[in-house]
Amino acid sequence: MISIQEHDFDVGAEYQALRASGSGTGAVVTFAGLVRDSGDLSGVTGLFLEHYPGMTEQVIQGLIDEASQRWDVRQARVIHRIGPLALSDQIVFVGVCSAHRGDAFEACAFIMDALKTSAPFWKKEISGDDAHWVEQKASDVERSQTWE
Amino acid sequence: MTDATLTIRFFARLREELDTESLQLPATPEQTVADLLSELAARGDRWAQLQGDQPVMVAVNQAMAKPSTPVNAGDEVAFFPPVTGG
Repeated sequence: MISIQEHDFDVGAEYQALRASGSGTGAVVTFAGLVRDSGDLSGVTGLFLEHYPGMTEQVIQGLIDEASQRWDVRQARVIHRIGPLALSDQIVFVGVCSAHRGDAFEACAFIMDALKTSAPFWKKEISGDDAHWVEQKASDVERSQTWE
Repeated sequence: MTDATLTIRFFARLREELDTESLQLPATPEQTVADLLSELAARGDRWAQLQGDQPVMVAVNQAMAKPSTPVNAGDEVAFFPPVTGG
């Protein structure tokens, strides 16, 4: 299931929902990403997150489908927040249940790495009256390519 | 339905710098994403950046596309900077 939302999420509640995915599930891996200062601008207080409605959900569903083909994925959950966010706010959640931990770790990491370079979201950092669009990082692209 | 136009959308930095969220263009036969980029960049001024140094990503009907991807009447074509979510 995929949610693109302005409001926050509860990792504990998401974990419990994944845990209830069935008796074949032996491992749940969850990842939560937080808003941080990228270091491009001084005095950053937060950011604004823009996305391409419709395409975002399609791209993420494609990543879940690909993960399900490559690994044993019983259930996958992705939440991504949009709109205004403050430093340290939760911004993204990926949770995967599998029969075994290896598949759950890999599928979760793949979905997260691929999301960063293929899902149409853009971060704009805010510092007082100043704002600037965050540039894509080469390290994120390299990391995503390791799954190809 | 005879929808002989293309819907062009821009996101993030491109939307702001072009001061354009979306526009309609007449569709022409056998057109590709590359043709569309040339046509838009030829508007000059800030539009030239569509063929400038900074990378521009493109999606046709909400799926990632390449310069060689064909565009047809009724399609939604989106241009945007490299993505920075997560």
